[in-house]
Amino acid sequence: MSPRELLGRVGRYTLLSLVLAFFALPLLWLATAPFDRTPEIAASWPEFTLDNVRELLDNENALRSLRNSVLLAGGTCALVVTLSALAAYALSRVRLPGRDGLLYALLLLSSIVTGTAAMVPLFNLAYELDLIDSRLGVILVLTGGLLPSAIFILKDFTDATPVSYEESARVFGASPLQIVRHLVVPLIRPGLATIGVWSVAQVWGNFLIPFLLLRSPEKSPAAVVMYTFYTEGGQPDLALISTFSLLYSLPVVLMFLFVSSRYGFRFHGGIKR
Amino acid sequence: MAAIALTGLTKDYPGGVRALDGLELDVADGEFFALLGPSGCGKTTILRTIAGLEEATAGTVVIGGDDVTRLPPGRRDVAMVFQDYALFPHMTVTDNVAYPLRIRKVPTAERRGRAAETAGQLGLTKQLDRRPGQLSGGQQQRVALARAMACHPRVFLFDEPLSNLDARMRLEARTFLKRLQRELAVTTVFVTHDQAEALALADRIAVLSDGRVRQVGTPTEVFRRPANTFVASFIGSTPMNLLPGTVTAGARVLVGDAALPAPVGEIAPGTPVVYGIRPEYLRLTPTAGEDTVTGEITVVENLGSTQLLTLEGPAGTVQVVVPEDSEAAPGAPLHVVPRADRALLYRPDGDGELLTNCPTPGGAAPGA
Repeated sequence: MSPRELLGRVGRYTLLSLVLAFFALPLLWLATAPFDRTPEIAASWPEFTLDNVRELLDNENALRSLRNSVLLAGGTCALVVTLSALAAYALSRVRLPGRDGLLYALLLLSSIVTGTAAMVPLFNLAYELDLIDSRLGVILVLTGGLLPSAIFILKDFTDATPVSYEESARVFGASPLQIVRHLVVPLIRPGLATIGVWSVAQVWGNFLIPFLLLRSPEKSPAAVVMYTFYTEGGQPDLALISTFSLLYSLPVVLMFLFVSSRYGFRFHGGIKR
Repeated sequence: MAAIALTGLTKDYPGGVRALDGLELDVADGEFFALLGPSGCGKTTILRTIAGLEEATAGTVVIGGDDVTRLPPGRRDVAMVFQDYALFPHMTVTDNVAYPLRIRKVPTAERRGRAAETAGQLGLTKQLDRRPGQLSGGQQQRVALARAMACHPRVFLFDEPLSNLDARMRLEARTFLKRLQRELAVTTVFVTHDQAEALALADRIAVLSDGRVRQVGTPTEVFRRPANTFVASFIGSTPMNLLPGTVTAGARVLVGDAALPAPVGEIAPGTPVVYGIRPEYLRLTPTAGEDTVTGEITVVENLGSTQLLTLEGPAGTVQVVVPEDSEAAPGAPLHVVPRADRALLYRPDGDGELLTNCPTPGGAAPGA
């Protein structure tokens, strides 16, 4: 190896290390602060304690909010996966004039639906429909916002499923529902898993919609409740926040690992035969 | 077991494309029947209409005496093997073969047993637990066949069953398919664009173009006596030479400067005709004569045991199949004599029909 190559290599790894450190340091804080007797805003060597965890477990708001998060994420995920699978399958099989245009328009508009721009009309709509302070309202709004992207991703999977599979099953007498159950769903399973995890993660981290649409603290999800962790003095309760952050991020990471090992993530269709 | 009758079958696609136009076709019970034609001739549409995957615009489909024209595909009691086999990639061989039985709500244990038995008949016993992706092309084809057999249909429909196999496998699979069809004796319709495949496999062939049947007959009939110039040029590994000519006295046809013997029959001298002769039925001769086609060799193609020569001469472009040991070289002059009893005469206009008073080749030919 020439000195020049060596130098290049050293430079490359130095750069990589810096980038890595930039992203890793906040995570380091997440690993140390929850177990520190006096957590600060910077990562430091902790004076080990489990008191923070105990305090968190005593805080009934915290645990209830995690349960709310699970309810919201689960409900949205179920709706998004079911509806987007049916829509994507239909869109890739039925000839519809202006189908692609429709899909792109939906995709464009979806960023508005869950974005800040549409907050006032969304709030009004939820108010008129009597969906304020209802978990269903939050689930429906989030579902609406996630569906277009989900359909867009899944349609790539359904497009890649040969029509001859379905025709073959039809000749054997399979009903449309049987075809979906026996063939389409198993064939696009990686896509469904991806959509499922993605929608859970989206809902889990969403603050704005539940913050606006839910009134009572008993229904608020973790992302909103975390916002309320202050000490009596009005300072952010770093001990509680850091411990809760750790607890809050664990389920998503675990789900991600589980689904990834079981189904594998893919954002494109294509059948491995 | 069932015969198939297609009557007045018409299929219009949205956008005004007429794929089939008043098609009449009868397939006898237990027959191995080929639909042969160039791509876009409507052969696959016919197959799909029999299966019920396409709905006929007009006309009827009758299978075994039952009018199934308006029945959904699953209730026609047919099985179809697709060009890409359409094996379900997420199921094992057993589950694939058992799938039709699963739809019919046969209990799991029974359908697995029956699937294993059928797959065993086709030599797939060792592959039962594999996925389609782990099988060779030939094995995949046999799985598709086993799946079609498993539900004991009245009719098999094969869409280009051999086209996804490589050349050597194709010959093997062809023989296998023919034997299998003989043993099962189930009415089978298959689609192909390969005339050699149709000739080798089928009991009868329907040659199609532009949604119309151009000829129906046994492989021998279609090969020896093509009903029109389309069939004549489509059937045969090398297309038939079709040379414009005029009937002259003495039961001969004047092609270029050659007066060739032909089954002229009642055709009046002076009538323009198309003189058809297969390249295989032209014989080399050392000397030029009145009944020889003469030309200069322009192309020599080696076909293994034979050579295909292309001649340019007064008669136009003529192709000749000669034995491998003939020392043909481009540029050399060549004389060939047609076998008079294999010559056919076609109408030069219209659909180029075979002139009806031609006797059957192979019998006593008056022109010889």
